[in-house]
Amino acid sequence: MTDDTKPGADAPGEAGGAVSEPAAGPAPDPPAAADAAPPKAAPPKPEPAAAARPKSEPAPPAKPAAAEAARQAPTAASAKPAAPEKPAKPAAAAKPAAAAKPRPKPKPKPPPEPPKGPPDPPPPEGMESPAAVAAVQEALPDAIEALSYWVGDWTLIVRRERLLDVLELLKTHEAAAFDYCSDVTATDWPPRERRFDLIYCLYSTRLRHRVRVKVRVGEDDAVESVTGLWPAANWLEREVFDQFGVNIVNHPDRRRILMPDEWQGHPQRKDYPLEGPGELLMENPQDWLRVRNLPDEAGTDREPGPDTEIE
Amino acid sequence: MTVPAPRVSTTQFDTNELVINMGPQHPSTHGVLRVVLRLDGERVLDADCVIGYIHRGVEKLCENRDWTHIVLLTDRMDYVAAATNNLGYVEAVEKLMQIEVPRRARYLRTVLAELQRIASHCLWLGTHAMDIGAMTVLLYAFRERELVLDLFEEFCGARLTYNSMRVGGLPLDVPPGWDRKVRSFCDLMEGKLDDYETLLTNNRIWLKRTRDVGVISAEEAIGLGLCGPPLRGSGVSRDLRKDEPNAAYEEFDFDIPLGTRGDTYDRYLIRMEEFRQSIRIVRQALDGLPEGPIMGKVPRLLKPPAGETYHAIESPKGELGYFLVSDGKSTNPYRFRVRPPSFCNLQGLKRLVRGHLVADVVALIGTIDIVLGEVDR
Repeated sequence: MTDDTKPGADAPGEAGGAVSEPAAGPAPDPPAAADAAPPKAAPPKPEPAAAARPKSEPAPPAKPAAAEAARQAPTAASAKPAAPEKPAKPAAAAKPAAAAKPRPKPKPKPPPEPPKGPPDPPPPEGMESPAAVAAVQEALPDAIEALSYWVGDWTLIVRRERLLDVLELLKTHEAAAFDYCSDVTATDWPPRERRFDLIYCLYSTRLRHRVRVKVRVGEDDAVESVTGLWPAANWLEREVFDQFGVNIVNHPDRRRILMPDEWQGHPQRKDYPLEGPGELLMENPQDWLRVRNLPDEAGTDREPGPDTEIE
Repeated sequence: MTVPAPRVSTTQFDTNELVINMGPQHPSTHGVLRVVLRLDGERVLDADCVIGYIHRGVEKLCENRDWTHIVLLTDRMDYVAAATNNLGYVEAVEKLMQIEVPRRARYLRTVLAELQRIASHCLWLGTHAMDIGAMTVLLYAFRERELVLDLFEEFCGARLTYNSMRVGGLPLDVPPGWDRKVRSFCDLMEGKLDDYETLLTNNRIWLKRTRDVGVISAEEAIGLGLCGPPLRGSGVSRDLRKDEPNAAYEEFDFDIPLGTRGDTYDRYLIRMEEFRQSIRIVRQALDGLPEGPIMGKVPRLLKPPAGETYHAIESPKGELGYFLVSDGKSTNPYRFRVRPPSFCNLQGLKRLVRGHLVADVVALIGTIDIVLGEVDR
């Protein structure tokens, strides 16, 4: 294994073509064997040299090599996950005709076609909306985009511009009295134009009922903070900002909360990969994200994605 | 550098604001919580909590797991109350799929959840008391917690992360003779509670350290989104076991203890009373434990219809809510969101510590009873 990984680490630099080779498929064994043979001879040469030199010379030849690797890191990164597999697979596939085994893996890709959005089923015909919902319907009919009812939960889908009006009414209205903000969270539906659903779970400690308010926002749309109504929303909104990158404005303390301050990207978005960056790319996650997404756009088959891996 | 002239006054000390870090490696922060304190002498002017040190992205992970696999990940959030985490999740899925759970399973779930509450409160009591300086209570409380863990071990084989529930019921029935052991534990625990109270409730040091420390009014507590004992300590009657009964709670008699002053001592008294109420519930559930199946009719592969729901239960820490979205197509949740009670209660720390002494910060972190595994997820 150690022999195999060495060429794997070196190869992507020299052999940009080698990355595309597995896609050629039909003959993975001979090229891999051919690849493996020369590098096996090649890397040991520089390595003993590098090992021997540092004592006498401070390693000038090693440095350029490291610099090269760093320069090619972005491209190497995409190859890196594939590289260890390349040598491993042919080794396993050499005896049985298991070359076809890795092929079926891309199959699960088509089924998880991203859903367009939540169904938000409307309440069944003839169902009376509770007093709190009716109050909003009556007072601010233009603010409500839709009304949804599912397994006993009522959801008000509200226009973004009128969000604060609706929430304030829900808090102060006699029949609503939602004085407790249970939760603020979001859902990401990437293909949709207004990709985020921002969800406020409200509760009334006096009337003991619940309602959810939902607002659809785009990536750059500003959403007013509700901390003025419920201080409880402070950290919850920070989390939404941190994990989804929803642009919440007029927040008293808009910082990341769970991720480090200098983190790039928003992990809960659906286009954020499941596995974390390697240690090498920890310092520049933005590049890593871009590189990680490149093969997807190109349509080449990569290592199995997070979804397929689990099964 | 000029040396200031010596001051004669002893009342007017010129102090500069001092910013210190408490944690993340501090024994009284119950994990890796970092509190940045701005101090004026010994008084706390402001506090800022820095969290996320053990953020594991549980929500993201769960969105890439089967609905059935997630039960096991919920164990890892509030890891000293794994059974209630399981309970909240499986009930949320059951609500989404409209699954009927057999009565026996609901009863046993209630027993497990209440035993878990006792274990969690034992841990809270021990650590909270030790933070304030009462070392003995820690040893006693952990001794009794061990007995609860033994009961869980006998039920499911694990002592901390139980994976003890399934969507639709329970994976296992309780072993024969288990209920007798639970009953004898309840009898024993009642006596032990009196012991704890002898040590603390009228202890003058305990009173001085907890009375009027971290007072919060009902309105403020509601506004800040506090839940569980910290909210009830301010006199707000809100316990989801009563308000939105889950499992089999609506079939049992129990009281919700409420505080009057909203200080640390009230929150202590409430939890002590919750011990007793939990024992009461466990006894009733065992008395009325029905026979029958422990699993409802559940498909092998869970695929809830497209839709979303929010389901909350009363965990030992407060309102533990799960917001689940299913797209109706895949076998994973499209969105998995936990409303962690510790996270929301910790938010109140900033308000609670203001104006108190540094030593009280330790008492106040203890009184909100946080588990960082749940705060950071």
